[in-house]
Amino acid sequence: MTEKLTAATTSLAGCFGCHMSLLDIDERLLALAEVASFDRSPLTDIKHCGDKVDLGLVEGGLCNAENVHTLREFRKHCRILVAVGACAINGGVPALRNHIALEECLDESYLNGIGIENPQIPNDIELPLLLNKVHPIHEVVKVDYFLPGCPPSADTIWKFLSDLAAGREPSLPRELIHYD
Amino acid sequence: MTKPFLQIDGKPIPYTAGQTIMEAATAAGIYIPHLCHNPEFEPHGSCKLCTVKVNGRNCSACTFPAADGQDVLNDTAELNELRRTVTQLLFVEGNHLCPSCEKSGNCQLQAAAYFLGMVDAHFPFFYPARELDGSHPDILLDRDRCIFCELCVRASRDVDGKNVFAIGGRGIDSRLIVNSPSGKLADTPIAATDKAARVCPVGAILVKRRGFEVPIGERLYDRHTLAEESLEREEPIVESRHD
Repeated sequence: MTEKLTAATTSLAGCFGCHMSLLDIDERLLALAEVASFDRSPLTDIKHCGDKVDLGLVEGGLCNAENVHTLREFRKHCRILVAVGACAINGGVPALRNHIALEECLDESYLNGIGIENPQIPNDIELPLLLNKVHPIHEVVKVDYFLPGCPPSADTIWKFLSDLAAGREPSLPRELIHYD
Repeated sequence: MTKPFLQIDGKPIPYTAGQTIMEAATAAGIYIPHLCHNPEFEPHGSCKLCTVKVNGRNCSACTFPAADGQDVLNDTAELNELRRTVTQLLFVEGNHLCPSCEKSGNCQLQAAAYFLGMVDAHFPFFYPARELDGSHPDILLDRDRCIFCELCVRASRDVDGKNVFAIGGRGIDSRLIVNSPSGKLADTPIAATDKAARVCPVGAILVKRRGFEVPIGERLYDRHTLAEESLEREEPIVESRHD
């Protein structure tokens, strides 16, 4: 038997919908488990990648310094890196804040928005610093494959994973490419 | 007397005098990707998606006249790669966030990207700051999604006779402007029944209170490719232009 693929996933500035879509491949997870084992992932609760990861799936874009750090570390350990979903590919819904100044966003959220009590902008050393804009991941690291969608459908994810596991160059037919 | 022919991807295509390559191709059931072209209006030649190779030279099929003996290349890997790049540039130069756009599924830019197999935008995003105009009671103008095809400009000027829209600025500072003292849509004579309010191929000009009339998954380009829709819908010839 050939050695299993090692897969890892991470979630940056996203809603976790892409991970949900991965779980939506349902019973095909069993077939996936035959050919791949999971390393770092919110699903395994492993916090850092092992030395050898064949496939890294990234959900979400970059909205703070911790996202950038996590992505760079992830890229370093993954032989193949995949941007999964709209946020990783173009910033997605979080990028809707990009034409509002960060100061205005914080003001609206924490100081002068409707219904705010005890107004203060959170300021703790453990809170990662926000970036001025939300960025897709290809602006910071090299990305090998992109799975568009918000989220990509389970069938899209499955087609990609099964192609890769079978040693085929992954390709998505038109029916599986959706941006919304 | 023999009919005049040109050749598209090696196939002989008849044409009539005055037709563009786009019109001859459409009449013959051949799809050439396009965004700013709409057979109801004068050709504009700005989006460059319809770039074809005519006897070895790149030309816009929507403006280039068909002529005898032309050897036109259309559906080639090289040209489709070029078209994909043009489409990627359109995505990064605007704010095209499909999950939050009610035009999604009915959008020609999105459908063009599907058609061309675009899975990412490749280039760094500009995230330009563009003004949204919700002032009109019946029409929403979201400049984030404008691709400067000028179909609304042409429709308002040539069909509605109202001259509501124009493109101002240059290059990356180009913007869709509104012809009223306040610059707001509410202060123009535009109506939801106007051609200009309904011709936008993307979600920049939307008639209000129509969102989600057709559920996602059942929309135009959920069911058909852009090529199928274009060939079905677009009449090949604007008679008045060739009179």
